[in-house]
Amino acid sequence: MSQNLMFDVTVDKAAQTVLITRQFAAELALVWEAFTTPDVLDQWWAPKPFQARSKVMEFRVGGRRFYAMVSPDGSERWAIQRYTEIVPMERIKFFNVFADADENPDATGSNWDLTFSEQDGITTVRILVHNESLARMEHLLEGFKLGFTAALDSLDDLLRRQSDR
Amino acid sequence: MNLRRDVFQAIADPTRRAILTLVAADAMTAGQIAEHFDSARPTVSKHLQILAECELLTATPTGREIRYSLHVDKMQEIDSWLSPFRSLWQTRFQQLDDVLSTMKRRGK
Repeated sequence: MSQNLMFDVTVDKAAQTVLITRQFAAELALVWEAFTTPDVLDQWWAPKPFQARSKVMEFRVGGRRFYAMVSPDGSERWAIQRYTEIVPMERIKFFNVFADADENPDATGSNWDLTFSEQDGITTVRILVHNESLARMEHLLEGFKLGFTAALDSLDDLLRRQSDR
Repeated sequence: MNLRRDVFQAIADPTRRAILTLVAADAMTAGQIAEHFDSARPTVSKHLQILAECELLTATPTGREIRYSLHVDKMQEIDSWLSPFRSLWQTRFQQLDDVLSTMKRRGK
């Protein structure tokens, strides 16, 4: 599976945006399904050892996904994605906001714009995330650093060891 | 976490990222850097000026030329800011690769 697939992350702190681009060795219909079907989405959305769990998913404009990132010790971090635009096999826009377990949202969130395209069996996904406030972006990153870095480092090592075999 | 905002704008430009890669190998004069690019010399100078302004490059006058070298500490600051994003998405997408492989096999 190790073709030269593109993976690029660009942060524009001034514009408060993060742009993530990634190619997948799979046809568009399959990638689209992986992004829009709750039980499939929950298999990959949270970086291990975290686990994503969708409680509600209404994949339609005006609908929402209410889901948790569950850590190994069982603590949950809830978030809501409200779908604002859906063009089948092409584009998804949603507003993402953290919330409590009763679905009470935080004051600020982020706008996500995902676009999908396929060429020669390779699907490119482009994800543009715009944060409403720079403070939120900083806060988010600090959260990542504390929560994810250690776990990810060990996972990175594991994956490297596996691919070296 | 007090990064100047324009650092991220500076590295959002592919030519400027290429300049940083070039200078990472060895300090160079503006003229030597310009030889590696098709852009006009003033354009390259402008890029160098932006990179120096946000302290990604250190400019040292030598004779009639200015030598540019990479400001490693500043680069590390950016890296530490970017890597959690990168790691998160990298892990997420590796998991998605696995899921897609499974879906493919199921569809066959």
